[in-house]
Amino acid sequence: LYSCSFDGTIKLWDYIDGILIKTFIVGHKLHALFTLACAEDSVFVIINKEKPDVFQLVSVKLPKSSSQEIEAKELSFVLDYINQSPKCIAFGNEGEYVAAVRDFYLSVYFFKKKTTSRFTLSSSKNKKHAKNNFTCVACHPKEDCIATGHKDGKIRLWRNFDDGKKYTYTCLHWHHDMVMDLAFSVTGTSLLSGGRESVLVEWRDATEKNKEFLPRLGATIEHISVSPAGDLFCTSHSDNKIIIIHRNLEASAVIQGLVKDSSIFTGLMIDPRTKALVLNGKPGHLQFYSLQHDKQLYNLDIIQQEYINDYGLIQTELTKAAFGCYGNWLATVEQRQEKETELDLQMKLWMYNKKTQGFVLNTKINMPHEDHITALCFCNAEKFENPTLVTASKDGHFKVWILTDDSDIYKKAVGWTCDFVGSYHKYQATNCCFSEDGSLLAVSFEEIVTIWDSETWELKCTFCQRAGNIRHLCFGRLTCSKYLLGATENGILCCWNLLSCALEWSAKLNIRVMEPDPHSENIAAISQSSVGSDLFVFKPSEPRPLYIQKNISREEVQWGVFVPRDVPESFTSEAYQWLNRSQFYFLTKSQSLLTFSTKSPEEKLTPTSKQLLAEESLPATPFYFILGKHREQQDEKINEALESELVQLPLTENISAISELLHTPAHVLPSASFLCSKFVNSLLLSKETKSGEEFPDDVDMEEEKESDDSDEENDFTEKTQDTNDTDLGEDIIHQLSKSEEKELRRFRKVDYSWITVL
Amino acid sequence: MGEFKVHRVRFFNYVPSGIRCVAYNNQSNRLAVSRTDGTVEIYNLSANYFQEKFFPGHESRATEALCWAKGQRLFSAGLNGEIIEYDLQALNIKYAVDAFGGPIWSMAISPHGSQLLVGCEDGSVKLFQITPDKIQFERNFDRQKSRILSLSWHPSGTHVAAGSIDYISVFDVKSGSAVHKMLVDRQYMSVSKRKCIIWGVAFLSDGTVISVDSAGKVQFWDSATGTLVKNHLIASADVQSIAVSDQEDSFVVGTAEGTVFHFQLVSVTSNSSEKQWVRTKPFQHHTHDVRAVAHSPTALISGGTDTHLVIRPLMEKVEVKNYDAALRKITFPHRRLISCSKKRQLLLFQFAHHLELWRLGSTVATGKNGDTLPLSKDADHLLHLKTKGPENIICSCISPCGSWIAYSTTSRFFLYRLNYEHDNISLQRVSKMPAFLRSALQILFSEDSTKLFVASNQGSLHVIRLLEGSFKHLHTFQPQSGGNLVTGQGGELSVSDVSFFFFTFKPHSLLGFPNALLYPANTHMFAPAFLVYHILFQVFEYSIPDKQYTEWSRTIQKQGFHYLWLQRDTPITHISFHPKRPMHILLHDAYMFCIIDKSLPLPNDKTLLYNPLPPTNESDVIRRRTAHAFKISKIYKPLLFMDLLDERTLVAVERPLDDIIAQLPPPIKKKKFGT
Repeated sequence: LYSCSFDGTIKLWDYIDGILIKTFIVGHKLHALFTLACAEDSVFVIINKEKPDVFQLVSVKLPKSSSQEIEAKELSFVLDYINQSPKCIAFGNEGEYVAAVRDFYLSVYFFKKKTTSRFTLSSSKNKKHAKNNFTCVACHPKEDCIATGHKDGKIRLWRNFDDGKKYTYTCLHWHHDMVMDLAFSVTGTSLLSGGRESVLVEWRDATEKNKEFLPRLGATIEHISVSPAGDLFCTSHSDNKIIIIHRNLEASAVIQGLVKDSSIFTGLMIDPRTKALVLNGKPGHLQFYSLQHDKQLYNLDIIQQEYINDYGLIQTELTKAAFGCYGNWLATVEQRQEKETELDLQMKLWMYNKKTQGFVLNTKINMPHEDHITALCFCNAEKFENPTLVTASKDGHFKVWILTDDSDIYKKAVGWTCDFVGSYHKYQATNCCFSEDGSLLAVSFEEIVTIWDSETWELKCTFCQRAGNIRHLCFGRLTCSKYLLGATENGILCCWNLLSCALEWSAKLNIRVMEPDPHSENIAAISQSSVGSDLFVFKPSEPRPLYIQKNISREEVQWGVFVPRDVPESFTSEAYQWLNRSQFYFLTKSQSLLTFSTKSPEEKLTPTSKQLLAEESLPATPFYFILGKHREQQDEKINEALESELVQLPLTENISAISELLHTPAHVLPSASFLCSKFVNSLLLSKETKSGEEFPDDVDMEEEKESDDSDEENDFTEKTQDTNDTDLGEDIIHQLSKSEEKELRRFRKVDYSWITVL
Repeated sequence: MGEFKVHRVRFFNYVPSGIRCVAYNNQSNRLAVSRTDGTVEIYNLSANYFQEKFFPGHESRATEALCWAKGQRLFSAGLNGEIIEYDLQALNIKYAVDAFGGPIWSMAISPHGSQLLVGCEDGSVKLFQITPDKIQFERNFDRQKSRILSLSWHPSGTHVAAGSIDYISVFDVKSGSAVHKMLVDRQYMSVSKRKCIIWGVAFLSDGTVISVDSAGKVQFWDSATGTLVKNHLIASADVQSIAVSDQEDSFVVGTAEGTVFHFQLVSVTSNSSEKQWVRTKPFQHHTHDVRAVAHSPTALISGGTDTHLVIRPLMEKVEVKNYDAALRKITFPHRRLISCSKKRQLLLFQFAHHLELWRLGSTVATGKNGDTLPLSKDADHLLHLKTKGPENIICSCISPCGSWIAYSTTSRFFLYRLNYEHDNISLQRVSKMPAFLRSALQILFSEDSTKLFVASNQGSLHVIRLLEGSFKHLHTFQPQSGGNLVTGQGGELSVSDVSFFFFTFKPHSLLGFPNALLYPANTHMFAPAFLVYHILFQVFEYSIPDKQYTEWSRTIQKQGFHYLWLQRDTPITHISFHPKRPMHILLHDAYMFCIIDKSLPLPNDKTLLYNPLPPTNESDVIRRRTAHAFKISKIYKPLLFMDLLDERTLVAVERPLDDIIAQLPPPIKKKKFGT
């Protein structure tokens, strides 16, 4: 097994044992790698020279030598001006020619004749051919026939291309959008294509009228590959899914990871029953994703409409969801807004059915509010015999919905009805939140927080800080339940004491995510600054953070959630006590799900999560090995400081990397059984290397802020000063590791950018 | 260029009839096209796809097959059961032979060009021997059960494939017996249709028979064993026509959905000799059924119900990428269907079986350049003149004064006198036409409406003096030295007395161009000159008194025309002259209208030929510097007719293609994605 990487090396691996056999140094950035059965001593790589956008296909002769590191400088140029994606290169007819596409060109290089023919399609000048760009290419295994996919959904079959003039092509058109990938069956009798329509099309005998479909695959098909035996197809999808399809176009297996959706509106939630992470999944669905097993438990179809995937179509979106009463109830809000004035809102309440082990629609409320619903929360207190739901909306009202008896002479039933409508000076309601015991309801109206008695729905008191609209609102828990926290848009975090009805303290923090831990008093807040996001964990009773983690992510963090642990851990260190009962997960803008863990993974990984890792990091793609190796070295250096780390579950990206591996033309890959064992083997390797970045965070903890609770005004200024100090101190002490960390980051960054290009 | 008030006429309700057959002749590079009304047109593909000749249609003569035989002989056969040979010189029908087999559906000339086969309604295939001046019935082949819809000879001439309903028969020519009978699957998309009609067959030299049928299939048969070799399902409607190239390396089929598919013989791999037929490019240039296709060495030609003749060049066969490599779509006849009476502002429209006379609307409003003026009086339909008999009108004309209308069919010439009494019109037929005035190819009135010029198909020109209610024959110009003076549609006739002078020359030998359109530049009686427009976009001006080309004509020949001008693909259909400005020549084709100002310098290849209207804010100097002789306007298209009514008024007759399509039967409905 050969691998290539950005640092210009090609590595030869023994994939059965997972041992690195040889390293060839080429010296250019390598973008993709191809091997041919008929030319064993050389490989083909895509490199880019000088300009960042110019890529070349070159063949590299691998010298035979016994040494570990060999310089392979014997490059021979094959094709110029190609696309860096491996989808845009295909070898045909047992390696007699290679076809590459880019923009409006198809280049074919004949190895025997050593000639290149180039075919050009009329470009974007006139409207009709505006989307003639090539997107992918595949070669017929037996005949001289090249299939190319285009941006406008056409597939062209080129023949006679050995003659620059007499070439001819034919068109197959079914896709209405870009053809993402093409693959010929092993015998060449049928051609498979896929794209955004999420339909796998099989063209039999390459004729327009003779085609078969496998529809409703759920998401855009990114890659298609055919097993060497020809009995299985495999498609990978943009939503982090691999489907194994039988020759007769029946899906036989689905490997589904965390579904990557265009936007997560619902945020992260934990299903109290399954402890699964719940968020937007497929369009119109809510996905239940098990963090322990890295597997999708199931999808709940909320919108219950056929999804039409087309650009510019305004879809109904699932915007809010909340669990109530220990997972017995689920409330969802969907909206569709085509024009400013035409808002279509629907709230649905789902009841958990023990028999079917799933949610059943109980009540559907059309237009529960006049305007967008901004918040939705259940009262989860035990003493409430009646489930209660509160919705807050931009129309200035909040509504209380309660479960009532809806029985008639035919059946016994329950349903939800509106119990109370509250408003405050026609301000827009932005947030709502129940106290832990359910006795109080806090609703924020723009800048003002109102506290309502949940028994009588009387307005108890109001807080106003005049510091911008309230973005987040939450009550303290357990011993801190007398506190109410609010984060405003202007970057101020306020904590009110509900007994004294006064501001307890405030701090200047630009908070993006504020999430209370259901099992402790702790509250996690993630603030956004220009360089990255920082995590603060604190108790509402004290304005000092328990724990600060700088720079958890360079991207904006969108959502966070505490996931209760099945078995509480017992960290003695003060800094990690907050992780004892729950684990904190957060989701960044690019939809990477990250979490905090305290131990190095090799100690911590349970057998199941090992498997998870196997799947996640398995794509022993070249970049990974590089990264792994690099990390290993670092591990040695700073081994003693190994206490806390950030384990990354590179979910969505890595899946595409898997598919990338799977997609690699079949003749490049070993047989499936080999691949399988390789996957397992690579687990061994990756386990050792899988160690996240090091964060020298002990220092943070030592430097505690000594601030006076009563002196609130000075508090935050002092605090910021303090953090500055810590930063400085940290820099001095851990200069080395910091720089290493940076380097590491750089690597990570580089790697993913490469993958996302795919 | 000057500003004009333009009558933009869109009420000419002309619908060309659909194309039924297309036959290509390789030797002369000519294309014969027959239409559903029986009209046969001959296009010269080497002379810029000009419609050289045409045979007017006849109601009872529905052509079903058209073939070229050896020695440029053209045969057609139709549903009236007759085989017709056309006289391409005299532009009439040489003879008609009844095949006595009911309606004829198909016809094929043997590869050697000496025999002719027709397939008839009663299932018989009849063999005719082609003699130099006639065809002679030879014998019948084995009678089949149902009508023979298609026929194709094997290139060696020993076997014939005949497509019938549900099966294809292969005949041995010597014995006339059916060797094989290949049954065609009726199934269509797993639905059993009632019948499977074999619309076309093609016999290749390797013994392969290609058939196209009503189930949308293109099938390859082995004629030696009578077995199906390969099946291409290409359409969900009928595949109606097939044409194979001479090299037998590509063929083209046309479907009822308006798509034309190209098939090519392509080697399987680059180094093996094994070849296979592959469907390559589809072309969708038609909206309706493609009834006929032809395959010239460099182009695919298709025509159908939607009346377009489409010539699609094959890019790989074209040596240089010039204007010949462009797609051509011919919709309108290359002759004049409209004439106008300047004095009374009348337009005469010529249809296949009737004439319409309209009075133009008028307006009292004035406006700026580019404004649309409101009509104060709508256009009036004055007259609807139906012909007698089944023959189509060949040509028609209204006199400039508006009081005479003349038209001609193949066998009769009609002259009418119009009387105007306020708003009432009375029509009076001028009877007792002389015997020599039987059929005219061109009719023209002189500018003062006192003389009538009639070009007959015998090649002579008659001049008639018109009097109040009667006429007098003045001269007859006979063609000199056996040549035809006015061949086909080529000649436009002169308007003034002086200019028929040019007929005394031999224009062909004089100019050396066989496809010249001749126009007289007659506006100056004292400096008579005439203008010759050649089909390859050359313009000559000939001065009659000097008996030589004018100075301007020589300059333009010396300097040459702008390359874009020479690359235009639609022939000029009409030329006229400005009555007050002798330097201005007005000409137009279907897509543009041009004024040539002889006083301005000619454009060279570096200047813009299609100059937009010069911005008014620029100084006169710049405008003068950029001005050149050709002023081209593309506002009106497709433009069927344009003429000056008076010095400041133009009339332009447009016929939008959408209006034509709207009058055709609805095309096969296809689900279009996204609708």
